[in-house]
Parts: sequence; C-alpha cells; structure tokens
Amino acid sequence: MTVTEDNPNTGYKWVGTRQIRPDGLDKVTGKARFGADLVLPGMLHGRVLRSPHAHARIVSIDTSDAEAMEGVRAVITGADFPDLVEAGRSAADIAVAANAMARDKVLYEGHPVAAVAATTRELAAAAVKAIKVTYEVLGHVLTVDEAMADGAPLLHDGMITNGVDPKPETPSNVAAKTTFERGDLDKGFAEADMVVEREFTTKPVHQGYIEPHAAVADCGQDGRATLWCSSQGHFAMRAYACTVLGWDTGRLKVIPAEIGGGFGGKTVIYLEPLAVRLSQKAGRPVKLVMDRDEVFRATGPTSGSRMKVKMGMTNEGRITAAHVWLAFEAGAFPGSPVGAASMCALACYDLENFLIEGYDVVVNKPRVAAYRAPGAPISAFAVESVVDELAKGIGMDPIDVRLANAAKEGTQAPYGPKMPRVGLIETLEAIKNHPNYQAELGPNQGRGVACGFWFNAGMNSSATVHVNEDGTVTVVTGSPDIGGSRQSMALMAAETLGIAYDRIRPVVADTETVGFNDVTGGSRVTLATGAAVVESCEKVIESLRERAAKTWDCEVDEVEWVDGQAQRSDGSQPPLSLGDLASKAGRTGGPISANASLNARGVGAGYSTQMADIEVDPETGVSRVVRYTTAQDAGRAISPQYVEGQFQGGVAQGIGWALNEEYVHGSDGRMQNQSFLDYRIPVASDLPMIDTVIVEVPNPAHPYGVRGVGEVGIVPPMAAVANAINGAIGVRMEALPMSPPSILAAVNDQS
Amino acid sequence: MSRRHVNCTINGDSTDFLTEDFTTLLNALRDEVGLMGAKEGCGTGDCGACSVLMDGHVTCSCLIFAPEAEGRTIVTVEGLADHTELHPLQQAFLENAALQCGICTPGFLVAAKALLDRNPDPTETEIRYALAGNLCRCTGYDKIIRAVQDAAEQLRANA
Repeated sequence: MTVTEDNPNTGYKWVGTRQIRPDGLDKVTGKARFGADLVLPGMLHGRVLRSPHAHARIVSIDTSDAEAMEGVRAVITGADFPDLVEAGRSAADIAVAANAMARDKVLYEGHPVAAVAATTRELAAAAVKAIKVTYEVLGHVLTVDEAMADGAPLLHDGMITNGVDPKPETPSNVAAKTTFERGDLDKGFAEADMVVEREFTTKPVHQGYIEPHAAVADCGQDGRATLWCSSQGHFAMRAYACTVLGWDTGRLKVIPAEIGGGFGGKTVIYLEPLAVRLSQKAGRPVKLVMDRDEVFRATGPTSGSRMKVKMGMTNEGRITAAHVWLAFEAGAFPGSPVGAASMCALACYDLENFLIEGYDVVVNKPRVAAYRAPGAPISAFAVESVVDELAKGIGMDPIDVRLANAAKEGTQAPYGPKMPRVGLIETLEAIKNHPNYQAELGPNQGRGVACGFWFNAGMNSSATVHVNEDGTVTVVTGSPDIGGSRQSMALMAAETLGIAYDRIRPVVADTETVGFNDVTGGSRVTLATGAAVVESCEKVIESLRERAAKTWDCEVDEVEWVDGQAQRSDGSQPPLSLGDLASKAGRTGGPISANASLNARGVGAGYSTQMADIEVDPETGVSRVVRYTTAQDAGRAISPQYVEGQFQGGVAQGIGWALNEEYVHGSDGRMQNQSFLDYRIPVASDLPMIDTVIVEVPNPAHPYGVRGVGEVGIVPPMAAVANAINGAIGVRMEALPMSPPSILAAVNDQS
Repeated sequence: MSRRHVNCTINGDSTDFLTEDFTTLLNALRDEVGLMGAKEGCGTGDCGACSVLMDGHVTCSCLIFAPEAEGRTIVTVEGLADHTELHPLQQAFLENAALQCGICTPGFLVAAKALLDRNPDPTETEIRYALAGNLCRCTGYDKIIRAVQDAAEQLRANA
C-alpha cells in the first residue's frame, strides 16, 4: 500500500517498480561470497584471546609456550601495535585502537588481549589457551547507576566530564553531558492541565546480524596488504585499520565481501587490524572469524539506559513543556548515542518549552556501536510512553494528540534548525485512515500508537558509470549493499539514462577501484550514493549528446536525450541509440565513462508512525503481536519491495527489543546469555505479517525525492508495544524488555 | 593424526572427503568439499544458517560430525536448482524480495524445501513454525512467508 502526496503519477518508467535484484541469483544459489567464505592458498587460521574479566590491569602476558607450539606461525599482543597515546593521537583514535587490542587494562569481558595464527583452527584454539596472562582484577561497574555512584571504580583515569560548566575537578565515569533547551519549563508546566513524570530503563541489545564478523588479510613482503572483510564500509575499515596499525592509508587495499547484516554494528573494526598484523608477522594470509559468543561479548551492542521524562499537556492536547533526562551506557569507551537520542527525543513535536539533558557514561561492557537510528529508539520509548499516558489522561485519541503537536515544515527542531518539508503528519494520517485502526480488539488485547524521528545522513559518496561497447552499462559504487541498494542504483541509472533496468550491472568496488565512500549507514546510500550515480549518468548523457552532435555535424543544443537515444530536435535524422553511440565511441572521442564524487546535501529527515495490537495473557505474562501496521515517509520509494523490507525489518527488531532482547550480566561482570538460544531474537512464529504503508513526501533536494528509509522504522516499536500492553491490561511498563516475568510482576504490583 | 575417509552423496554426486573425527559437517562441506552455501551463524544449532537436508530431513550441519555423513544423502542450497532451472522456492524468493543481506537465505531455502516436500499446502502458521528454527534479522519474515506460499502454489500447479 502506498500513499503518495500530491502527485500520484510520477511518470517514471523504472523508479518505483518491482524488479529482481541484480545480486539475487548469487544469494539464492549459495554463490554469494560473504566474509567467512574466502579461502587463499597457504592461509592460516587466527584466534583471539579475550579477557575473562570485566575490569582488570594486565600485569604480564607470556606467549612463549604458544609460540613454541607446532603449527603456530604468529602471536600478537598490544605490544605489536603502536602506542597512540604516546603518539599524541586523538581520543577517538586511541579508543579505536585500545578496543581492538587491550594494552594496559581490559575494560570488559571479551576485550581482546592477544591473537594467534596457526595452520588449523584447532591449533589456533589450543595456542590461545597456552598464552598466560596475569591480571590484577579491579572493581567493575555495569550500569549507569553503578558508574555514576560516588566512589565508583573508574574505567579511565583522569576522565573529566565534557559539556559541564564549570568543568568538574574530579574524574568520573561520565564522559560528557549534552544539553538542549528552549523557553521556560516552569511556565510551561504551569500552563498544563495534566503533568506526567516517569522513569524508564532499557538494557543493551545487540544488532544481531546473522553473519559473525570475519576478515582475511594477506600482507606482502613489501609491507602492503590486502584485506577482505564484511563491513558496512570498506573505506572506513581501511582508515580504522591503518590507524591501529600506524600505517598510511595507501598501504592497505580493502575488498568488500557480501555483508550478512550490520544494522550499524559493522561500521567499526574488530578483527581487521589483528588479521593484518598476524599476516605481516607470519608472511602468509590469515583468516579470523568470530564465534557467536564473541560477537555478543565483544561487538555492538547499543546502550542500556536510565531515563526520566516529565511532560505537561493542556486538556486540548497541546504539549506545554517537556523535561527529558537521559543517561546512556557507552560501554568501555566514551561515545554512546545519547547525543542523537537527545536530539531525536522530542523531534516529532513543535514545542516551546523543553530541557533535554543527556549523559554519556562508560561502564565495563563492550563498547557500544551504532544500531539503526542510534539512540533514538531508546528516548522515543520513554517520551512516546508519556505522550500516550497524557493522551489517555485527557481522553484524546493518541493520533489526534500527536497531530495537535506534530512537527512540520518550518517547525524549529529541538536541536536547532527549522524543519524542511517533512512527512510526519502524513504518516499519522495514514495510520488513522488505515482499516487496521478500526479493527476490533478481543479480550486482553490493546492497541498502541507511537511515532519516531531520525535525521538520516548524507555524507560522502562516489560513483563511476561506464558505457560498454554494446550500450550496456556498468555502475560502480563503493557502498556495501546490505539490503538491496545495488538494485536502487540500477533503477535510478535506468531511469536517468532511459534504458532498460536489465541493461545495467551495478557493482560494489574495492578501495582502489572507485572513489571514496562513507559507510553504508545513516540511511544514506540511496540518497547520497544514488545522487552520485544520477550525476554520473547525467554527465554520460552530456557526453552522448556531444557525440551525436559530432556524428550529425550539428550543435549540441540541437540534440536531445529521450528514452535512451539521441534525437535531433528538428527530426531530420533517425535517432541514435545508446548502443549505436557506444559502438562508435572510438570515433567520437573514445570510451564513454563519467564519475561523480559529492558530499550529499539536502538530507530528508525520516518519520514513522506505527500501531501495535498486542494480546497479553494475564496468567503467564506472554505477549502476542496480533496485528502490526507501520507507515513511514520514504520521500520516494525507488525500490518499493525493499523499502517495505526496511520498514518490516525495523519493526521486527523493535518488537524483539520490546519483548525479549537484553544483555544479562552476572555480578561477576560476565555476560550470561551469549548465544542465540538465550539471547532470543524474534523467529517467524513470533510475528504476524507486518502491514506497511509507504508514504511519499518527496525530498526536494534529491533528484528522485529520496529520503533514507533504513533506520526510523525501529524508533517507534518499543513505545507502540508498551502503549498497547497498557491498553490490554492496564499496566504501564517502564522497563525493557517487557518479558513475561516483568509483565507478570507489573500485573501483581497493580493488583 | 590420520584423517577419516567419508563417502556420501552430496547434491546428487557421490563425494569423498577426508576429515578429522570432530570436524563438523558444516566445516567439512565448506573446507573439504568447497560448498560455501551453508553458513555458520552461531555454531550451536540456534540460527539455521547452516541447514542442509540429510536423507531428506532438515539438519543443522554445525551440530553433525562430518563422519556421521557416511553413506547419507546430503542436499545443500547449491543442489536446489535443477541444472539450468531455479527451484520454484529460489524464484519465489527473488520475486518476493524475500532476502535482504542474504546470509540466512540458503538455510531458509533448504528448510522451506523440507517443509514443502512433506506438506505441499501448508497454512501460514505451519510455514511460520516450520521456519522457526531459521533466524532472519533483516526482513521481519513477512516476505519470506509470502515467498514460500507462492512457491507452494507454483509447485502444486506443476504437480
């Protein structure tokens, strides 16, 4: 189902159609090569030794027994990498390096302390066990409350909180405070007819991609290396790995493997520099692949949190004031997404009076990584729960309340700028008008609504378009394709060039074959890399018009490019097709090719409104998703099936986050559920079909109106589910996940 | 240490390989036979990315020791297509956009084939439970379920 604003007839031939993706065949026949699928002659197998402690000082590491073992070809520790503190590098670079391999201290269970390369997997596993590490175990902190308590053990000596005036004199585990405010809170709350104040907590959750991290490195005797890895950005992997290795960027070539899911978690490095250093030491290719428990213990997740939200509303449904207080776990190094969470928390609404305070807090857990609209789902859970309670309190429809406050073009966002054309109102109306909104609810069933905002990103992209000798076209980009972006590139190229979709072959090229591309993240690829593809195609068309003019001995102005062929304006010549011009390219100036590199401007923000119908069994506390409906503004859906897929995938992850998923840590600081058996993501039998409405409010800054669609879909689900549970059985859930025991406890508390 | 010789039928071919006693069937398929279609997502039988058919039963190849394949018939994702023709499930996955990243796709195809081989007309609920041992983190399963429904219809029409 698609709702298109204003212009139902786009007149596009390829954009917005449903085609088979170019990489599909390889992926249904088992031919696609993912991170762990590369085998090189003479390749060694690596293994990482990880800390068993949540917080400890490394007293000594003795690798001599491991090095003496048969079949072991290289052993590395922190001492095999440059000391970036000594080198005076930035705090961000130091954190990347220290997270990849511990130096003096281990900061979480699973933190790498050494790695080996051996002739077989089994020998590598035996060799890491032979490494003797002496630790001085330190006290650890696992939650923001523990980390912020007076006298808490400190992860980083001398860390002073940024963003606080006056600057604190004593170090703490609070890396930074961010503040956004406007208007007068007291005045706003005084104007309210109803005020609700609640506290919420959430647990860390993992991105849960099915493909574990994997990397193969081959370092030559000339000191240059090639790295194959599955990531969301091979240019970023090159930069990070070279930072850790102390190398110039040009020494390392990174070839992207197919990526088996990322959701933000593969925008950072873990194994890559270790594989390169092991290969350099051994003089042979080395493969490193994580086991699933390593993925859980040492990569991702997103932040756990504690939040306080106070909001006031008039009886007419106008929000008069909002105070949002957020404390997010960053894991072992500063950098939680609390800043983004702060900026997004109230971005659905047009507000006069608010204060948003965010604290970035280090704890002895794995360093958090981006996870789909990083931070926004967490603060939305709190804010949208309170908005729901206010709506119910004043007796107003939850969508009408949101419409009464909705951000629109010209609204000043809480983080500063005025909103350009955005589609929140259209998504709210799409849900209100959806037949599911009127569907009857059964006993113990409730309906919950929530909306969400995500900025979307632009950033740097490059593309090259080659016209082959017969008029087929190769589109080369450097953006790893996680969910069908090659198809979107091909559709936009087909539309722009006016040729058939299947005449175009899109390729994701390595770091030495195409210009720089930022990561596949921030919902940016269809927008930014797409813009680079369209610009390259436009340059190709310019060249084709010039060549036709040369052929016809006329002015370029007299040549038009229509439906994939050059036409003489006066109709005096038969048209020249792309194939005609390509086959004679040698006579009109040589091969036909163009590229574009850009930093995309005019990013279109994304909004989503969602509705969950949940049934709760009051005897067991088990929740069942009866019906789920999502409406999201795509700007323009280039590839509608894969846009729907992004919507549905975000919702499914959000339902998992709402109902099941959490990191469980023991008091010893060790994760207790580091498998897919105990960390339970939704399976097919947990979910119904997920009904989607693609709302299209075109982004005026993109040639085809694209807004990013990958992330905002995960922002509303936790609140939508919580609000539905409230409707079903009357309890207001303040903690995620809303698992059966926690729902039962809430029901018992209530009675 | 000497290695064990195993003979079995893989995707219709009589196949021999050498293996350690405690190598998983998954690693033997990938490292010794060179069939990379089955993937390791967890190594504990929880994600289904390594699913193969063993004597017609959907099996996590990460939970089977390679010597246990002796004399058995194994089908992997590479064996689903009939030479130049895709299996209707493969075609339906393409047409329904039932994959995003594609890492779980081989396992889903194998598990779905096992379902349709024994139950040509499953209900949506039966499909959801038959595929509950296969994790997909990208799609929310909606389009996968629809693809299996389409393929079932196609197979029944062909029968």
